[in-house]
Amino acid sequence: MQLTNRSQVVSKKEMTFLERMYLPAIFSGMWITFTHLFKKSVTIKYPEQTREFSKIYRGQHTLKRDEIGAERCTACGLCAVACPAEAITMVAAERKPGEEHLYREEKYAAVYEINMLRCIFCGDCEEACPKEAIFLTDRKVDSFYTRKELIYGKDILVEGIEKDKRVDVSVRETSSVAEFKKHNEFAHNETFNKNKKTKIDRH
Amino acid sequence: MTIDFLIYKIILVLIVFSITLLVATYSTYAERKIAAFLQDRIGPNRAGPFGILQPLADAVKMFMKEEVIPSVSNKILFIIGPGLCMLTACMTGVIIPWGKSINIGGVDYPLQIADVNIGILYLFGVLSLGVYGIMIGGWASNNKYSLLGAIRASSQMISYEVAMGISIIALVMMTGTLSTGEIAAQQGVGKLWGIFDTPSFNWNVFYQPLGCLIFIICAFAETNRAPFDLPECETELVGGYHTEYSSMKLGLFLFAEYINMFISSAVIATFYFGGYNMPLIGRWVHDPNWLAILGFVFLFMKIVGFIFLFMWVRWTLPRFRYDQLMNLGWKILIPLSIFNLIITGAVMMRHEIITYFFK
Repeated sequence: MQLTNRSQVVSKKEMTFLERMYLPAIFSGMWITFTHLFKKSVTIKYPEQTREFSKIYRGQHTLKRDEIGAERCTACGLCAVACPAEAITMVAAERKPGEEHLYREEKYAAVYEINMLRCIFCGDCEEACPKEAIFLTDRKVDSFYTRKELIYGKDILVEGIEKDKRVDVSVRETSSVAEFKKHNEFAHNETFNKNKKTKIDRH
Repeated sequence: MTIDFLIYKIILVLIVFSITLLVATYSTYAERKIAAFLQDRIGPNRAGPFGILQPLADAVKMFMKEEVIPSVSNKILFIIGPGLCMLTACMTGVIIPWGKSINIGGVDYPLQIADVNIGILYLFGVLSLGVYGIMIGGWASNNKYSLLGAIRASSQMISYEVAMGISIIALVMMTGTLSTGEIAAQQGVGKLWGIFDTPSFNWNVFYQPLGCLIFIICAFAETNRAPFDLPECETELVGGYHTEYSSMKLGLFLFAEYINMFISSAVIATFYFGGYNMPLIGRWVHDPNWLAILGFVFLFMKIVGFIFLFMWVRWTLPRFRYDQLMNLGWKILIPLSIFNLIITGAVMMRHEIITYFFK
């Protein structure tokens, strides 16, 4: 089946005298390289200029907080299961009374580690996450001296509690997700539900 | 032999030596820049404005590297190898006529270190010695791959020297002299093909186009430049004769290649492209001293042009396979150069031939 018309039939016919001289071919090749002398260079001078990231660039992860600053992650472990590189580990813990402003759900991740050396930045963790807790952002992972530094714990992954330290991941929200969030009946956020005073029918 | 003469020669030697080294140094920079431009890149641009201090940084890097002499190697020969390479590369510069003579206080000072009457023989002798540096370097490393690389290099250089020599013999037959100064001077007088009266345009390339082509191809092979850079291809043949070398000894090997390139460009320009002669300039400039200086500038421009050609070819053509290299050398270039020799002889003796056959 021919998909494109770019393929060429290989012919093994004898080369003509002119072709066997090689010189015409050499000169035409040199002409091609010569024209490249006057072409614009494609180099991006890195420290001064940076390449623009695509909207859906998948860089360093962030663990999001909710509106009041509580961690969204409930340590369900779906991200760790989804991870093809097995880069994510976590230890779950139960929320104590009085910690409602810190953790949104009753269960939370006491330890949450991503091994950046193993991570392949596929984004499966953020797709698996039912709580919209983990996102990949357009930040780059820093360079490092020891392999140990590359195991990122919660101190690096969780975003800051202040409004200006929050990581904006709205570009990663697809239209279907936005549509989903409009319908309150699908919402699973306890505090959110409490605020909105909506009733969920249990079947 | 006065003391004046000695001082003048020493000054000339120092100038030529330093120019050779400077041009070779900046050839490394030019090579990287030209490679970058031909591949739509920018090239070195961090060391100084436009990266012009890059050769300096490279040299510092080379000197700072650890000097490793393999314990199984022959230490003396291991050290002599790159030195010999460098020595022979620098020695060829003495027979290049850099310009006409400069007249100071009624005394003529020719801008050529040694106008020996066997200049071409000297050139070939020294060029052949260059093989020894590579061979000794590769052999003294006491390493299979170095030895193989050295054998590869020396067989290539020996093969292409033959074709180069024969193409030069045709030139020698035509000009009737072995002196490089004389060859350069001859291209500045007379009419082109006896017809066109353009002063200083009687270049040998118009009489020996085939010989010139063969000579240029062989010069590429002699300097181990692409597409004939099998002796030192880093990527697929484990380096070559300089596999065991490190630090400045490796630097000397690489640097000798650039000096060879500069000298080869000078030789091509002198033998075939008129040397220091430039057409039409005699119409506007009459002072002989200025003419000599301008002649040097023109020769230099030609040399830079040929160095560019060397690099241009390197970044265009892929490398020959070894059997292709040998086929080209022995089966194509040598017969072609002999053919060129016969044609040259026939054209020179055309009157005798015509009278012999058609009397």
